[in-house]
Amino acid sequence: MRMFLQQVVNGLSVGSIYALIALGYTMVYGIIKLINFAHGDVYMLGAYIGYFATVYLPLSFFPALLLSMVSCALLGAIIERVAYRPLRQSPKIAVLITAIGVSLLLEYTMMYFVGAGVRSYKALLPTDTYNVGGVIFGFQQIAIIITAIALMAVLQFIVLKTKMGKAMRAVSIDADAAQLMGISVDRTISFAFMLGSALAGAAGVLVGIYYSSINPLMGTMPGLKAFIAAVFGGIGSIPGAMVGGLAIGILETFVAGYGSSMYRDAAVFFFLIVILLAMPGGLMGMKRTEKV
Amino acid sequence: MFKAKNIAAVALLAAVYTAIKILRLTGIFGSYHEITIAQICINMLLACSLNLITGFAGQFSLGHAGFMSIGAYACALIIIRFPSVYGFMLGLIAGSLASAVVGLAIGIPTLRLSGDYLAIATLGMAEIIKVVFFNLKITNGAAGLMNIPRLMNWEWMFCLTAGSVALINNFINSRHGRACMSIREDEIASQSVGIDIALYKIAAFAIGAFFAGISGGMYAAYFYVLKPGIFGLLKSIDILVIVVLGGLGSISGSIIGAALLTLISALLQDFASLRMIIYALMLIAIMMFRPQGLLGTNEISFALFTRALKRESAK
Amino acid sequence: MSGNALTVEKLTKSFGGITAVSNVTLHIGKGELVGLIGPNGAGKTTLFNLLTGVYAPTSGDITAYLGEQPKSMRGMPPHKISRVGIARTFQNIRLFSDLSVLDNVRIAMHNSIEYGFAASFFHTKRYFEKEAQIKEQAIELLGIFGLDKKTDELARSLPYGEQRHLEIVRALATKPEILLLDEPAAGMNQSETLELAETISAIKSSYGLSVFLIEHDMSVVMSICERIYVLDYGVLIADGTPEEIRSNKKVIAAYLGEEKL
Repeated sequence: MRMFLQQVVNGLSVGSIYALIALGYTMVYGIIKLINFAHGDVYMLGAYIGYFATVYLPLSFFPALLLSMVSCALLGAIIERVAYRPLRQSPKIAVLITAIGVSLLLEYTMMYFVGAGVRSYKALLPTDTYNVGGVIFGFQQIAIIITAIALMAVLQFIVLKTKMGKAMRAVSIDADAAQLMGISVDRTISFAFMLGSALAGAAGVLVGIYYSSINPLMGTMPGLKAFIAAVFGGIGSIPGAMVGGLAIGILETFVAGYGSSMYRDAAVFFFLIVILLAMPGGLMGMKRTEKV
Repeated sequence: MFKAKNIAAVALLAAVYTAIKILRLTGIFGSYHEITIAQICINMLLACSLNLITGFAGQFSLGHAGFMSIGAYACALIIIRFPSVYGFMLGLIAGSLASAVVGLAIGIPTLRLSGDYLAIATLGMAEIIKVVFFNLKITNGAAGLMNIPRLMNWEWMFCLTAGSVALINNFINSRHGRACMSIREDEIASQSVGIDIALYKIAAFAIGAFFAGISGGMYAAYFYVLKPGIFGLLKSIDILVIVVLGGLGSISGSIIGAALLTLISALLQDFASLRMIIYALMLIAIMMFRPQGLLGTNEISFALFTRALKRESAK
Repeated sequence: MSGNALTVEKLTKSFGGITAVSNVTLHIGKGELVGLIGPNGAGKTTLFNLLTGVYAPTSGDITAYLGEQPKSMRGMPPHKISRVGIARTFQNIRLFSDLSVLDNVRIAMHNSIEYGFAASFFHTKRYFEKEAQIKEQAIELLGIFGLDKKTDELARSLPYGEQRHLEIVRALATKPEILLLDEPAAGMNQSETLELAETISAIKSSYGLSVFLIEHDMSVVMSICERIYVLDYGVLIADGTPEEIRSNKKVIAAYLGEEKL
């Protein structure tokens, strides 16, 4: 039981990071039906920005988090503007291949400049641990979970209560109709990319603190897993992405804890295939049918 | 007309073969060049087989390296025990069949998926295959298999590749190949004219996997060493880049694309990250400025030239 | 008149709360040319989608009398229905647009002239014989609309009218006994429409087909159809000869303000 609870705690901290990344996938997919493969690399860049900000500037946790989020938001907007917007009317496969291209570009440009080696975060948050009935809570874990929840709450507020959030929801349902109602589709899509990328940037800093090591290819696997989380939650659904992220985090720590950490990634992909077959709409997704 | 086309193709193959042979005999091509030729052959077959799945049948796959790895490991395990030409043939057959079976196994459950969901599912399958090879005892885990006997030379590879590509090309130019293409064009219309789209999606995956398995076998019997890491997502993307550059739905495009990209990466091999940056920029640029690839869905043939001439004179 | 080719019994299809086709019963006689009319959104295309297996009916039955035994087609997938002998065209053209005109027709002959996978890999003698047959028959069919001179063009490069023609040729290439045409004259001018109406009648008699036709152009429907069904809000409101339909009060009411009969 103690082991079980410990896995849940660990799973929730990894899962809340996945959830933050998954939100970006789900928002972008909801609006332009694109798997933004580069999203995992925005998260990687967020981790590096946090690293440089804390080592060279040196900023403390919150300013570094903020700086990383703002820079990633800008980066997200630039990626959308330069790489995806010109292809909005192109076939899906063309956009997907472009997204893979952007992902490789970010990874290897980064590798070119900072080298392939691993870099270590310095301890930005206290490393204290608390023992509650044998289950160990790290201060960092708690901070990560709280930060993630706070960011998600802000996001939920933006999407549900602000004008821009309303525009996002309108564009995701019917872009043409939204355009006719006077909503700027371009600006809305840009905004969704910025929001998603800011959250990925935050996730990057959090993961840097949690695992304390970062590298230029660190975005690939968490990116894919976060996408799987978004699919599980029902792609396009914001609460779905949160639940999905936590679920994937817990699944992963359980496989690693009770089985073998070697099979961790395989388990997540297997889970994806099961979801796609058993409930392609995900937990909170919608089903669309083609008109003949 | 069929005959003339075949004679032209055989003549071209013979010319290329003789040219390489002369260059090799005169020592202008060293063993470094021979390795590049071997890589070109492997990539050509990989690209043509992926093109069948993605370019012709329209099923987006990001897991082609997974199929290749099955062929490679199966072949390697057999030729380590039977290091002879017969062992190699047995390994090649066993590897490609095993790969085709996995292709079936992937094709059936992912039938209902399309586009980006299918891409992610195939990617996931390939990752699972990789993890299995990482953990199996018989494949020696992450360290991989070493000292695999080299039973291939470039001449063998040349013939195997030419033969396999010819078979793929024959398949495409048949009622079965056309059925695959109709799925890419419009699934509902395809069904309405009596095509069992489930059957042909699975067939495309199985046949594509079969030939990827052959190229894996060639790889194993030439490069001495196999590690699961070779067959990761990057390899799958490599193959996809070739297919996209050459043109989705063009076999000659895949052949030219494989030769071109393998040469580029051989030239850039000392600058690994620069190579990937160039790949990435190339992918983005192709999608923006020439999304149909070099050849689109056209094949290089005399008919293409005469058609182009006609178009010119019509202007 | 030698009995029915197709019967539909109490066919219903609902999408969530909306019933698109409700309790429709009808029949098409062998060699008959039957029209299906109705205002926009009446459920005509949905009925075609049910007949060809694109949608599975919520309830009711569809039976084809084409082979030795009558065959229920309820729940049959589209490709099997095509093999039973029912072919269709689409209202919003669905050609294989990046393939040549010839390939569009050859694909439709998939089940009528066959050879196996081995023949296709190794291009055996059988392959060449069958392919020659396929090509010959495809070109013959394309000749109906004079498309045999454009075999190498891409389907999408054809002018609109010829794309509609190609859809009909493609449907015929499956060697059907029942042909469902969904607004074949849409977007054509008066003389093209008249020409098409004549061609449809001619095809029907030379290939011994039963034809079921959705059409908005009343001149076509009234001139070539032997019988007409009228659908409104998913319900059949009338059937009869063109003269009977022309004077039917319910039909006039359904169409009031939309078209003059």
